[in-house]
Amino acid sequence: MNGPDPTGTKVFETEVLIIGGGVTGTGVMRDLALRGVNCLLIDQKDLNAGASGGNHGLLHSGGRYASTDEQTAAECKTEGDILKKTAPDCIDECGGIFAAVEGDDIDFAARFADHCAAAGIACRSLSPLEARELEPSLSDKVFAAFAVEDAAIDPFHITLGNVSHATLLTDSTYLPHTEAIDFEVVNGAITSVLCRDSRTGESVRIRTKQVVNAAGAWAMNVAKLAGCGDVALLYAKGTLIISNARISNGVINRLRVPGDGDILVPGGTVSLLGTTSDNIDKLDDIRPTVDEVDRILHEGIGMVPGLENTRFIRAFSGVRPLLQAVGADVDGRKASRGFRLFDHEDQGLSNFVTLVGGKLTTYRLMAEKTGDLVARRLGNGEPCKTATTALPSGDAVRWTEPGFAPRYWYKRSDQSDAILCECEMVPQSAVDEIIADEYGASKHMSLRAIALRSRIGKGSCQGSFCAARVTSHLYDRDIYVCDEGREHMKDFVSERFKGVRPVLWGRQMPQMELAEALHCGLMGLDLLGEGGDENDDGNADLP
Amino acid sequence: MKRQTRHHKVQLAVIGSGLAGMAASMFALDRGLVTAQVGNTGAIAYTSGYFDLLGAADGHALHDPWHGLDALRRDEPDHPLSRIDNDDIATAFSLFTTTVSAMGIGYTQSSARNRMALLPGGLVKPTLSVPNTMLGGIKARTHGARALIIDFTGLQGFSAKEFCANIGSSWPGLSSATVAFPDMQSGRQLFAEEMARALEVPQTQKLLAERIRDHLGEAEYVGLPALLGIHAPDHVHAAMENLIGVPLFEIPTLPPAVPGIRLREMFEQTLPKKGLTLVPQQKVQRVEFSDQGVTLSLQDNFGDVMIEAGAAILATGRFLSGGLVTDRDTVHETLLGIPVCQPSSRGDWHRQDYFDPHGHPINRAGIEVDVEFRPLNDKGTPVDEHLFAAGTVLAHQDWTRQRCGAGIAIASSYKAVEAASVLLNNARSKLT
Repeated sequence: MNGPDPTGTKVFETEVLIIGGGVTGTGVMRDLALRGVNCLLIDQKDLNAGASGGNHGLLHSGGRYASTDEQTAAECKTEGDILKKTAPDCIDECGGIFAAVEGDDIDFAARFADHCAAAGIACRSLSPLEARELEPSLSDKVFAAFAVEDAAIDPFHITLGNVSHATLLTDSTYLPHTEAIDFEVVNGAITSVLCRDSRTGESVRIRTKQVVNAAGAWAMNVAKLAGCGDVALLYAKGTLIISNARISNGVINRLRVPGDGDILVPGGTVSLLGTTSDNIDKLDDIRPTVDEVDRILHEGIGMVPGLENTRFIRAFSGVRPLLQAVGADVDGRKASRGFRLFDHEDQGLSNFVTLVGGKLTTYRLMAEKTGDLVARRLGNGEPCKTATTALPSGDAVRWTEPGFAPRYWYKRSDQSDAILCECEMVPQSAVDEIIADEYGASKHMSLRAIALRSRIGKGSCQGSFCAARVTSHLYDRDIYVCDEGREHMKDFVSERFKGVRPVLWGRQMPQMELAEALHCGLMGLDLLGEGGDENDDGNADLP
Repeated sequence: MKRQTRHHKVQLAVIGSGLAGMAASMFALDRGLVTAQVGNTGAIAYTSGYFDLLGAADGHALHDPWHGLDALRRDEPDHPLSRIDNDDIATAFSLFTTTVSAMGIGYTQSSARNRMALLPGGLVKPTLSVPNTMLGGIKARTHGARALIIDFTGLQGFSAKEFCANIGSSWPGLSSATVAFPDMQSGRQLFAEEMARALEVPQTQKLLAERIRDHLGEAEYVGLPALLGIHAPDHVHAAMENLIGVPLFEIPTLPPAVPGIRLREMFEQTLPKKGLTLVPQQKVQRVEFSDQGVTLSLQDNFGDVMIEAGAAILATGRFLSGGLVTDRDTVHETLLGIPVCQPSSRGDWHRQDYFDPHGHPINRAGIEVDVEFRPLNDKGTPVDEHLFAAGTVLAHQDWTRQRCGAGIAIASSYKAVEAASVLLNNARSKLT
């Protein structure tokens, strides 16, 4: 199926090319694979590099949208129930609370229960005392509270599971670091897409019958590349922060018109607080800032006062791709959370589809609608099966869940299985499993690629020790054979620093000082290429 | 049991037990000062074992540190090393390495140029003085000698393959082998410190040497992670060389690493024998100044301790050692609340790029001192005439990026002790 063409360009053939390795793209991949379709998924970076990896991991009950967007709220409810049944390993059914504190809009709080009822969302009124019994970290200034069926979901586990399942079902393939650069169109149909491997610069041609554009925030750019000018997106950058320990039992939402630090979501052994919303024009160099972190904390402390003294280990940002209707409001937070499917037929293309907008919670539904259209175009009569088929939890996809690795390690109690990442207790067997089952990830596995598929580097040491240990391990396993390991390590810790930088204060400062002493003083990463290549290094004074 | 306050009356009190504190006590004892030292162990266990003077400037390696210091005086006049002339720095460094060698860990002496010392990942760094146990690696690489690099089953963070793959372009004659350390339960994770302690036993040395010899082949040198004993590394080194039959060298490992543990244990055991009153692992809780000097108060497991001294040296280090601390907006000096020279807001603490060659502004935050190394208050005058400061708590330096941590610790301690000594002598002559 694959092989170089006469010009030396690598050629792949597939029924459906999917552009974008987030929850939506991988969701479409699995949806189609369940209908027996072979897919090829590409991402210009790696899985969940965009908004799918830059969010709370909140499986919305729908409460958040009950007051503003009844349809989205109802979809959240239906889809949340489906995912809880079909992907229980990825979900923590921790429940959630909406709480209003002194100073918040009393009327907004008073209408909440009615709005939930209208959208069919279960919601139980709590007294302030009951609310604080459920969530002791809540402010004592709570005046209204409701319990809802919010849950926490691991978007990395979902994405990895989707790819893994699709690979298993129809031999579908995933190519990371592969960017679409040109579409070949013959008689109103795309026949092939020319891509570039962003690490090697090599060209890759993908021959395909159908193309799905699920590039998230980049979907407008991809559509334009295919000659379609009908996709208009608004970019809203959102930033969140991660604590080093779990703060609440369940999700805590501020019961008011959404603001910067309104949602606190547990993620296994940690908690995530956010989210800011700032409109941006450009998609490159998205990173969290000190100002955003301070805004999140300022708002969050009003709801959960203990956040004032919480230790935060990282911040991260995602870009929400929001549909821009003509003449619409340009406030990202008020823009529609609904999704839309473009069939592009009025743009003169018969086999290209773009799906944009939507939410993590409704990704399956988006994939179903897309799968329906693409299957019909392929003449495939199979129905969607994702609402009833369980997502298998394979060996290599379980390492992203906070707290899984230590449970695994203690249960296995094999002393020779050395811990490579002490903060998150990731053993070398986990790294070996990820390397062995890399479903199309790079041959020379980067530290970043391993970290994406595990908890490595996500603990409080900020990758000080684990970056070095995993690198050593990869040399021992002959994955690295030259000096490429140094560059991978430098790249990995530089990337981690983007998220660490805005939460550096207090107890994180000693960690940072140690990290820098290790990375620079002991590993010499800041002086790479400055090494001992001079020819006068101290011969004269050697005894 | 009644808790009794123990009083120590000394001439000089050193606060802090990192490299700067240890150097200060050493220099003070050398000058015949009656000295007490208090403080948590600093970041000394995190050292590679190399003593850097000045190894980098603006993201470039420096081969001639003395010339580099001349340039530093021009470019960074406020840098602690810029305030000390090269002769004093050389004197302090030599006195320090000579004394450390005499106390039981052989170090090379200060020289004209930096040596390119080996790092665990197979890179090299410019440094001034290295333990004798690590010198062979520099020699072997300079001569392009065939060397066998050993790592150990169960010892993490040092891979011989990794070392060889990365240093291979400048040192082609390398081979690697993995050896099981003798008499340690197989399969479990091993730690360099326990292996080093085990290697002080001749029988273990013999067993390990045999296992290494199995892989020797044509190798002219053997390199292995730093674990050749804790207390007498030069003896263990010599014994192992003798048993293996070729020169042997150590390579630093990830912390907590043996070279730092060696230094800490040596200081803690040897300095009290020279007369130092050492109150280890305790934090000073209160400092009071009087016309006669300084009084430090603290508690240890046996009760209250009070140290009255004619002068004190603050060598409490930075964030890792607890000398500096931050809240969300501001950096503070922890013991006395001495003003900290720092960037104006948290947004300016760090640059966007982790490896920006200019380093992060927060790393240059610290306390300011006058020419006598006395900390200054917000009016720019000494906090107290009896108080001096040394080491990385000082502002205007980036010890990590500039590879100058030991240099600052040693040279500023030397100057602080010198100034304290003048003060103490003046006070004594006034009395007599």
